[in-house]
Amino acid sequence: MAVLSFVEIADGKIKKASVEAAYYGSKVAEGLGTDSVAVVFGTADAATLAALGEVGVKKVLHANDARFNNFDSKLYTKLLAEAATASGATIVVASFNHNGKLLAPRLSVRLKAGYVPGAVELPVFTGNEAVVKKNVYSGKASAHYKVATDVKIISVNPNSLSPVKTAGATAAVEAFAPSVADSDFTTVVKSVDKITGTIPLTEAELVVSAGRGLKGPENWGMIEELAKEMGAATACSRPVSDVDWRPHHEHVGQTGLTIRPNLYIAVGISGAIQHLAGVNGSKVIVVINTDPEAPFFKAADYGIVGDAFQVVPQLIQEYKKFKAAH
Amino acid sequence: MKILVPIAKVPDTTSKIAFIDNNTKFNPDGVTFIMNPTDEWYALVRAIELKEKQGGEVVVIHVGLADSDPIIRKALALGADRAIRVDADPTDAYFVATQIAAQAKEGAFDLIITGKETIDYNSFELGGMIAELLDWPAVALVSKLEIENGVATLKREVEGGTETVEVKLPMLVGAEKDLAIARIPNMKGIMSAKSKPVAVVAATGDTKLTVIANYALPDKAKQIKYISPDNVGELVRLLHEEAKVI
Repeated sequence: MAVLSFVEIADGKIKKASVEAAYYGSKVAEGLGTDSVAVVFGTADAATLAALGEVGVKKVLHANDARFNNFDSKLYTKLLAEAATASGATIVVASFNHNGKLLAPRLSVRLKAGYVPGAVELPVFTGNEAVVKKNVYSGKASAHYKVATDVKIISVNPNSLSPVKTAGATAAVEAFAPSVADSDFTTVVKSVDKITGTIPLTEAELVVSAGRGLKGPENWGMIEELAKEMGAATACSRPVSDVDWRPHHEHVGQTGLTIRPNLYIAVGISGAIQHLAGVNGSKVIVVINTDPEAPFFKAADYGIVGDAFQVVPQLIQEYKKFKAAH
Repeated sequence: MKILVPIAKVPDTTSKIAFIDNNTKFNPDGVTFIMNPTDEWYALVRAIELKEKQGGEVVVIHVGLADSDPIIRKALALGADRAIRVDADPTDAYFVATQIAAQAKEGAFDLIITGKETIDYNSFELGGMIAELLDWPAVALVSKLEIENGVATLKREVEGGTETVEVKLPMLVGAEKDLAIARIPNMKGIMSAKSKPVAVVAATGDTKLTVIANYALPDKAKQIKYISPDNVGELVRLLHEEAKVI
């Protein structure tokens, strides 16, 4: 018996979402009194993988094969199913991130295992039955999914929990050699277009976000300046990305990214329910808006009713003072 | 080329969310149901665009009861050629996927395009399940799809960017924003939709892998602390000393 976590590597590092999935897997394993095992496909540094021990992983199965470096949902499903069998996993955990969203339901069919997508809490077990909480209706409600199949699959909503790390703990890294045929490879990567030079939004601890209240793309300078001062990532609301004031990859909300930073500063965003769905897991929310009736204030911890064009420049100055003093 | 587009029925985004029967069922009273937005705006419209360019057939499939007729007619009005309705309550994603996969096998399709997640369960699971049941390749979060000589070129979203990939048909594509520009049915479409065929078929099998035990509404709003716009320094102090996030 084991809990198996699917872990992804990007640019030589373990993805933040995968660290969370592995931590979630370890907590489930701890609750069940079994081992936390992780599996990694593609080339990776053994020391990087061993560090998964810090989030409670005991063993890492590593299919160290460059042919597995690119995500291919059909191939990965086969590999992950084989890893689940090899490790005797009764629970398989993945992140509810870009790749996990496609991989986990495929695995559910392959193993005929009940699947809970986007879990926000640890499962509660009664005998063989697990109850797992997830958000539904764009965060307007939650649902408890009941799964009683022998093998269960859970994908973890990114930024739903904060992994507690045991510094210096290491996991044993074992070679894993799944059997594959040429016909298992279905997806050929032709090119990759990464946005460089900024902090990836889903990884950021601090986020400064702005919306239509800014009146035009030419006014984003102060948002970028504030973000730069704070070491924060920038984000935006959907209407703003829809009219191309800001790129789509900055769009947070129901149809964009879900983030859960320590601090989310929303400037000139009214706070439609679809937007809140993407950010209401943030630890602290600050809302700056001219409209005291903006629904976002209901979800905020701190609010300033005021003009962004006056408040934000002041905030930059005040933050600079704070930084100089600390 | 034969393209299959699964469509879901969901409560309109502005609906009031409430539950009945001891919080085990969604309360449909006074709720308007619509076609899941990403199914309609991106998956269906891109399928229609591909057909307009390259010929073929677009079939929509829906698992649901007779009250789903309006959304099926809308899909036909937008330009789908015919529809299949599997006459069953869509309670579990695996169950719905097996129904759609069974029809897909019979219809010898080249391509299935699904929307992103549905706006009710936000689960993002149907596409992956259908693809695995058919043993097909699949790519999700696709914002660009072109097909030439049986090979699809797709742009998909990855963390912090996009990736362009190639996959041989048949395959399943999960749509993302920008895959197509949403359309509105025109009068000709609406008129012709009335005479387009809708095949109603019985469900096959009833295997379900999950059950929703109950729903819950979130706790009430947080306590907000207001800061004067003339005293922004106070915000910085609170974020540091009270909230401890900077």
